Amino acid sequence: MADIRSLHDAVADLIHDGDTVAMEGFTHLIPYAAAHEVIRQGITDLTLVRMTPDVIYDQLIGAGLVRKLVFSWGGNPGVGSLHRFRDAVENGWPRPLELDEHSHAGMANRYVAGASKLPFAVLRGYRGSDIPTRTDTISTVTCPFTGEELAAVAALNPDVTVIHAQQADRAGNVQLWGLTGVQKEAALAARRVLVTVEEIVEELEPRPGGIVLPTWVIDAVSVVPGGAHPSYASGYSVRDNAFYQAWDPIARNRDAFTRWIEENVRTRTGRTEKAGAR
Amino acid sequence: MTETPETPGFTRDELMEVNAARALAGAKTCFVGIGLPSTAANLARATVNPGLVLIYESGTIGSKPTRLPLSIGDGELAETADSVVPVPEMFNYWLQGGRIDVGFLGAAQVDAYANINTTVIDRGPDKPEGRLPGAGGAPEIASNCGRVLMVLRHSTRSFVRKLDFVTTMGHGSGPGDRTKLGMPGTGPVAVITDLGILRPDPATAELTLTELHPGVTVEQVRAATGWDLAVAGTVGTTEPPTPDELAALRALKAAGKEPR
Repeated sequence: MADIRSLHDAVADLIHDGDTVAMEGFTHLIPYAAAHEVIRQGITDLTLVRMTPDVIYDQLIGAGLVRKLVFSWGGNPGVGSLHRFRDAVENGWPRPLELDEHSHAGMANRYVAGASKLPFAVLRGYRGSDIPTRTDTISTVTCPFTGEELAAVAALNPDVTVIHAQQADRAGNVQLWGLTGVQKEAALAARRVLVTVEEIVEELEPRPGGIVLPTWVIDAVSVVPGGAHPSYASGYSVRDNAFYQAWDPIARNRDAFTRWIEENVRTRTGRTEKAGAR
Repeated sequence: MTETPETPGFTRDELMEVNAARALAGAKTCFVGIGLPSTAANLARATVNPGLVLIYESGTIGSKPTRLPLSIGDGELAETADSVVPVPEMFNYWLQGGRIDVGFLGAAQVDAYANINTTVIDRGPDKPEGRLPGAGGAPEIASNCGRVLMVLRHSTRSFVRKLDFVTTMGHGSGPGDRTKLGMPGTGPVAVITDLGILRPDPATAELTLTELHPGVTVEQVRAATGWDLAVAGTVGTTEPPTPDELAALRALKAAGKEPR
């Protein structure tokens, strides 16, 4: 059953040094506030998993907390490179970053296998690509019925999955809607689950295309209005495209980045992270 | 972009975008990459193919945005969609399921067989590899869509003799490679650039210059290509953009820049 807790306490209890952590959300509902709490608490040596690392992982990587990245597309969508990610990969700053790299189809299926508690998933993928030469989590399997050779991708079972959702009820059941990405699979694949939400409501009202995660698959719910910014929560906010564009010059420069993290994350407690805040 | 003296009234980029949109005439469904492919697909809906179903990998099917999205997950893509599906479903049921006619891709590097690199750039001995974003959806889009269109600006940096890394296979090393690997789709059928259009030769699968944009010469295209580019016996010239096409393109871009 999910406890409704402060973001500080939930992160401290659920995310530990050395963990494999998936913070998911495909452009929409990216759990930025939780990532910032990880930076404030200095939780380190993380293996981070995410289809589209995005600015959220650029920040965690630049802050020096990440040992390894499992991903399929690492860019600032519509803007350009993730400069902290590139600096870590190309120059080892602030520390070397190991990569396990896939395609989107492969990553999505790795979560499906993880949620299904299967050791791997099959897909018609990676054909003619060099990607399998750089990872040991892609192999092939022969279909026992047709003899077709298919790609096999190892299951992903994060220690912790963190997602942001629109609403929870007081029992800790969670509902998200709009672009729901791989959040259901990422949550069900994980050993522990933390969900930040825009608000607590008396009753979850069914939404078209909505996903409800029952309280008994979640460990903690934290109320963090605006917790996806500069990503967004459909029905609550819009994507702050200007921030994504403004991030580019900040992240290009090590000093500018470090100053930004210091001023905007490390020395600032999450202004809206109190349990039960409305 | 500045106007070129030979083609007053529109830019090279606009020629590329208008011709990329025209390539979608008659298509039913298109899996849309962000950036230039998204511009082309949205322009197609405003001009040559109003019924085109736009599919974005964030999970939206039948998006009808009125402004160019910055990312593949902008809210408007979901709000205007016929259906929004989870990402595993998108890749497994819709893409791998063979439901999508056209995959529209950009690229950092492309070779003479329309193979794509979006992973790493070799910067020479003793230098670390330059890092690109990675594969995203492209390997399976190129494999599983009925056919593939590509759009990118023409330069020797992007049109290279040998890819530093094959992220996404187009025609491999020539005819028959796709069939050998069991790829369902026919692969790249056109690469639309700011100089003209390249298409795979039906016999060799090698990209061949088949059309020039107005005011561009064969020599200009060859100079911007990192291999000895094959040129069709008869090279056509693309029709200049119509006033309607230009108006629609500029309106889409202007709307994309407005604050919400």
